[in-house]
Amino acid sequence: MTATAEPEVGKARLRKEDARLITGRTRWTDNITLPGMLHLAIKRSPMAHAKILNIDTSAARTMPGVIAVFTAADLDAEGAVGAPCAWPITPDMKSPRRPMLAADKVNFAGEGVAVVVARSAAEAQDALEAIDVDYSDLPVVLDMEAALTDGYPLVHEELGTNRNALWVFDSGEAGTGGNVEDAIRDAEVTVTRRFRQQRLVPAFMEPRSVVVDPTAAQLTVWSATQIPHILKTMTALTLGLPEHKLRVVAPDVGGGFGGKIGVLPEELMAVVVAQKVGRPVKWTETRSECMLAAHHGRDQIQDITISANRDGTVTGLKVDLIADMGAYLGLVGPGVPILGAFMFNAIYKFPAYRFACTNVFTNKTLTDAYRGAGRPEATFAVERIMDELAVELGMDPMALREKNWIKHEEFPFTTVCGLTYDSGNYEAATDRAKQLFDYDGLRREQQERRDRGDVVQLGIGISTYTEMCGLAPSRVLGSLSYGAGGWEHAAIRMLPTGKVEVLTGSSAHGQGHETAWSQIVSDQLGVPFEDIEVLHGDTQSSVRGMDTYGSRSLAVGGTAVVMAAEKVVAKAKPVAAHMLECSEDDLEFSGGKFSVRGTDKAVTIQDIALTVFLAHDLPEGMEPHLDAEAVYDPQNFSFPHGTHLCATEVDTETGRVTIRSYVCVDDVGKVVNPLIVEGQVHGGLVQGISQALYEEAVHDETGTLTNGTFADYHVPSAADMPSFTTDRTETASTTNPLGVKGVGEAGTIASTPAVVNAIVDALRHLGVHEVEMPCTPKRVWQAIQQGGAR
Amino acid sequence: MRINVNVDGTTYTDDVEPRMLLVQYLRERLGKTGTVVGCDTSNCGACTVHLDGHSVKSCSVLAVQADGAEVTTIEGLERDGQLHPVQQAFHDNHALQCGFCTPGMIMQAIDLLADNPDPDEQAVRHGLEGNLCRCTGYQNIVRAVRDAAHHMRPGAGPSAEQVSDTEVTRAPSHTAGN
Repeated sequence: MTATAEPEVGKARLRKEDARLITGRTRWTDNITLPGMLHLAIKRSPMAHAKILNIDTSAARTMPGVIAVFTAADLDAEGAVGAPCAWPITPDMKSPRRPMLAADKVNFAGEGVAVVVARSAAEAQDALEAIDVDYSDLPVVLDMEAALTDGYPLVHEELGTNRNALWVFDSGEAGTGGNVEDAIRDAEVTVTRRFRQQRLVPAFMEPRSVVVDPTAAQLTVWSATQIPHILKTMTALTLGLPEHKLRVVAPDVGGGFGGKIGVLPEELMAVVVAQKVGRPVKWTETRSECMLAAHHGRDQIQDITISANRDGTVTGLKVDLIADMGAYLGLVGPGVPILGAFMFNAIYKFPAYRFACTNVFTNKTLTDAYRGAGRPEATFAVERIMDELAVELGMDPMALREKNWIKHEEFPFTTVCGLTYDSGNYEAATDRAKQLFDYDGLRREQQERRDRGDVVQLGIGISTYTEMCGLAPSRVLGSLSYGAGGWEHAAIRMLPTGKVEVLTGSSAHGQGHETAWSQIVSDQLGVPFEDIEVLHGDTQSSVRGMDTYGSRSLAVGGTAVVMAAEKVVAKAKPVAAHMLECSEDDLEFSGGKFSVRGTDKAVTIQDIALTVFLAHDLPEGMEPHLDAEAVYDPQNFSFPHGTHLCATEVDTETGRVTIRSYVCVDDVGKVVNPLIVEGQVHGGLVQGISQALYEEAVHDETGTLTNGTFADYHVPSAADMPSFTTDRTETASTTNPLGVKGVGEAGTIASTPAVVNAIVDALRHLGVHEVEMPCTPKRVWQAIQQGGAR
Repeated sequence: MRINVNVDGTTYTDDVEPRMLLVQYLRERLGKTGTVVGCDTSNCGACTVHLDGHSVKSCSVLAVQADGAEVTTIEGLERDGQLHPVQQAFHDNHALQCGFCTPGMIMQAIDLLADNPDPDEQAVRHGLEGNLCRCTGYQNIVRAVRDAAHHMRPGAGPSAEQVSDTEVTRAPSHTAGN
């Protein structure tokens, strides 16, 4: 008999990670100091588009503490090295080389032109001032639409166009649905809108930092990155270094939100410089540098047409996007809009769909993944236009959604994009959300305020979203021309003392893998939570991985952990039978013990680990270890969903928006740790709400980022945000054995349209049908003035 | 310039450049890397420490200004292996994710509680306005600070951290609560 312990999975375990983080005993990359280490500082262009006539580094070279100053001519004379883009979305995609340092021409304000190597960071910084660069202005390309017109100046002359790629999905052509032009032609109602996804800064709290040590047999790179494994392989490929001579470590990493998915010019530069000077080097950026040089997010123009019958049945959706890539292509930048392509149909049974995205180069900081990556853009557009359609039809916006969404009994459901949603229950999440929100009561209050002409009007915003998570089935990535697979790796080491090391290829930077993975393994092996250590982010220990993004870690990486644990148990079983002198068929494994059925004879997995370590008496042919590894390649995505309801109060005299209440009910499938899930939702909500209300990276007509510091760019503080009411429904995913779906991006994806819908809803009776994001008081006030003037 | 400064209970004498920031001194000279730098405009608060019992953004203080002063960093909060109640509350309430803002957030929260031992939600939100977090959405941070308030007794603020006096009085907070 074995005692059945309460399962760890599902418990609100306090996090293991916290112990070091709340006491300041953390290993951030910038904390690393090595003997003889030198410091890098990068001279960056203040010009958005200019020829480099001359770079005079002679004065800088004589500055105190300066060891060397390098330009592109010194680091890469042949112009061969380019930071890679791993996602050529079309065969004819235009891909400019993204150099470590600009040689002849700068293409965005913030691009590096020289690097100083000095004994201290301060001395390196001082020497930057002594570098003299002569520039000759070139016409600046900033407007995405203008950039596509004939005869417009080019960001990259050698490409002959500012168009990066045109990517199209048409359900009629793909055979997954009807022809959208027919649907629009035959429709009883059509609504067309243009939405703008402003440019955002990921604004992870830890600035990027790289340390390179070239002094041992392996060259070691520490980087504040989300993707140590990809960085290792890509660094080898890009610089022509033997991959087995590289080790990449992502130590504690202070947030990413997609902003640390990159193989950076700065990382490559640090490696090349370290090799040149033969000493360890460190580069840590300032925040202002980060705002200019780290990739931005979003920045799309969305032209959307929806067609429907008078009864509210949607018959088609047509999407034309223009997406700003900035001056170069990031690691996955061109593919970000494509991740959204499959999500415009959202939770709905749209029968016809066409998506076309034109990616454009401009003289701005490049764009790439930012929390949600493509999916927030899609969700925003469809949830906004559903509200507009509801108004056109005179329907309640929730009723319109319900008419079109996939009913819970209709799963699995293959969408107009060809994705198969395995499960979901939109009715349950919506019912719960409406109940928590007091939907009907707030609608009544809204009417009362309208009737009495209250200065402060009330608006209700709905967002019923889904997202594709668990990136990704490798065959799907292959069909989309992505340059890697979507699997994840895990390994488990059973130590002689009964402790367990879990190695995961998923590289956490705040998500809480150490806690959640421990819970999973504790249940699988019956080993105490405290006896499990989860190791990640070091290519020397977690040797394989695809890292962390796209809400993939648990659905893909967690599954790999389960598979590895199952292999450990399978390996232990013959040893248990041998130790207990019974047949394997008589054994059952539960609570960490192998027991002989119907007896009290048992051995624990810890006993077996020791026995195997000693290896004195093992079954014939058994290798003396229980360790196991597994790689999981998902067969399908997972599809979290939920219903978010936002009530805003809008002061019609000042344009000020206050969030009065926010309710979200998310269905992220089975939950390993509700505390972590709730935290992810909170953080996601704030980032999405902040897109709606506060954030935008603004460039002036010269291409200068005008709000490139934390003093100017509005990262919300505690005082800017309300508390949220969060709840969950639980429909297990059927696409992985844990039944999980992913939660990292849900809040961000759902909340932006909920807030904007609420603002427009508050002002609809004043003639307002759109407020461009961020919905600042000025913009809201102007919308009211313009609406009233009609 | 020569400075004498007590950091987390140890007195250091150092020659520093006049332009050296306190945070650089802490990190680069003393290896107190628990205190971090998140911006260059003193907006993020990640570098918050206590200088003579009051929270300061250590990126906005010169090392020479700390001459003769007592500095407490996140690394100096534990007493006898016991977490400070605010540290404990951040853990208990899942008030951190990546943890980069956490040292500054905790130091500011302690200062806030010294001024207002029982703040309501809005008082916490406004008291932490100068400290940015990108992960948590603040809700659990607010909860943690209010939870800590309930576990702390009056007088448990930064003044309780003073260690240079001969009599080292333990903050009541360290024996309060759990």
